[in-house]
Amino acid sequence: MDKKMNDLLEDFPILKEMINDEKLVYLDNAATTQKPKQVLDTIRYYYEHDNANVHRGVHTLAERATKQYEQVREKVVNFIGGNDPHEVVYTKGTTEALNWVAAGYGATHVHAGDEIVVSYMEHHSNIVPWQQLAAKVGAKLKYITLTADGQLDLESAKHVITDKTVLVSLCHASNVLGVVNPIKEVAQLAHQHGAIMVVDGAQAVPHMRVNVQKLGADFYAFSGHKMLGPTGIGVLWGKKELLAGMRPLEFGGEMIANVGLYHTDFKEPPYKFEGGTQNIAGVVGLGAAIDYLTEVGLDNVTAHEKSLSKYVLPKLQKIPGIEIYGPSDPDIRTGVLSFNLTGIHPHDLASALDMDGVAVRAGHHCAQPLMKYLGVGATARASFYLYNTKADADLFINAILEAKEFFSNGSF
Amino acid sequence: MALSKLSNLYRQVIMDHAKHPHNNQPLPQADHEIELRNPTCGDVLTVQLKIQDDKIIDVAYTGTGCTISQASASMMTDQIKGKTTAEVEKMVLGFSDMVLGKEVPDMERLLGEAAILQSVAQFPARIKCATLAWKAAYQAIEESENDD
Ligand SMILES: Cc1ncc(COP(=O)(O)O)c(C=O)c1O
Repeated sequence: MDKKMNDLLEDFPILKEMINDEKLVYLDNAATTQKPKQVLDTIRYYYEHDNANVHRGVHTLAERATKQYEQVREKVVNFIGGNDPHEVVYTKGTTEALNWVAAGYGATHVHAGDEIVVSYMEHHSNIVPWQQLAAKVGAKLKYITLTADGQLDLESAKHVITDKTVLVSLCHASNVLGVVNPIKEVAQLAHQHGAIMVVDGAQAVPHMRVNVQKLGADFYAFSGHKMLGPTGIGVLWGKKELLAGMRPLEFGGEMIANVGLYHTDFKEPPYKFEGGTQNIAGVVGLGAAIDYLTEVGLDNVTAHEKSLSKYVLPKLQKIPGIEIYGPSDPDIRTGVLSFNLTGIHPHDLASALDMDGVAVRAGHHCAQPLMKYLGVGATARASFYLYNTKADADLFINAILEAKEFFSNGSF
Repeated sequence: MALSKLSNLYRQVIMDHAKHPHNNQPLPQADHEIELRNPTCGDVLTVQLKIQDDKIIDVAYTGTGCTISQASASMMTDQIKGKTTAEVEKMVLGFSDMVLGKEVPDMERLLGEAAILQSVAQFPARIKCATLAWKAAYQAIEESENDD
């Protein structure tokens, strides 16, 4: 295997942290990922050597900061298979990106009686902005159903997407069910009906090679912090002609071409969206995260996660009383595993695992409609990433067995 | 081994309450009712009260949740039954201080068996689970006071 893959653990200082006297086993990567030294060092270097405001000064430092800020746009566009850096808009994350599409594009392109289509597996950030938009313009929000094993049901998509549909928005990969959605097929369907395809790539870009053009996406959103980058930076990629017709939501400095007393001309995309001083250090950090992932190789990341999920899934499936959500075939799963144990509330389970240093998430994972659809209140979720090992998987399984013993015997 | 720390939180009394919760049924004669949701996990708890002359005549709760939220709800109903609304308000504030790790004067007398949930203070992620039922009772009482 790649050089990187073997010794990358050393790049993540936090993984040596002791949690409740045990070594940290960090399995909450779907929530946010840890940051390698390379990213942290790059941000530090930026502040120590290049910090200035971008697009403003004529001085050398401002030029250096601006250059980096714009270079990352190129890195981003190459990373996700786009071809024009001007189609990359910096946002604070996926949530902001999707909200901007809803409020900046949707508000003028979605009308009364139109239909917006999402699915039952969406994160709240890919539901609530559309609910708000639908309520505002009098459009209808419709949901694509899932198959019994938790995959997007393409048959349902064919029924739900109609000539009334103007916008379809789906997650590329689920933050609960561990599935990757057939975006290409759905995008074709959407386009056949004259609708645009919006993709929430928060759980995809960190884990697999993404090509927004091959997917047929019209807008594509993701977050830096879920892919080794800092918090507070994300991306909205959008097709040029769509970005041109999208209204900015932040008015002020930076985003203007000319300000009169009563009228202002905005800059061209992406600049018209980036009002005010931006998260420049965040952008620089995102660039470093992209470099890091590129060096490791996205295909290696995907393969590593797949091998971990192939290793851990059968062990998990053997635990009596366990229910695992999503498909049982590891070949079609990502490193996200959501599950419940009969008789143990996920909150209790997560506290027990935490005592063993194992960090998992318990709750509704910002997907309450999905929880309702699955008929559960909450689940536990372990999500693996490139720095997790088989040893982590073993500690995770052992911690579950211990917790199960603890709660079912009550012998303490 | 590491789980020995867990038994600080999950004491036998707490496990017993969670497994066999008290007053865990609808209260048809209730005159006040509050439903609260734990936003981090989506658990929903409904507390129902029958209040007469500023006194809790009866109390019950419904809903499911984790061991801590269930045990806490069960203990809360035991402890507030028969108390005046003013007393209960004081208890809820005391309980909330206790799980936040603050000093609560006369804690055992104020909260009775529920004082055992003091251990929650060492598990900050679980404070919301512990306080859910108490908050609901507090809000139901506030609502009753607004009626007057
Ligand atoms: C599928 C999915 N979409 C959107 C988001 C929101 O991302 P952020 O909180 O970074 O805006 C998340 C992260 O929680 C997610 O998992």
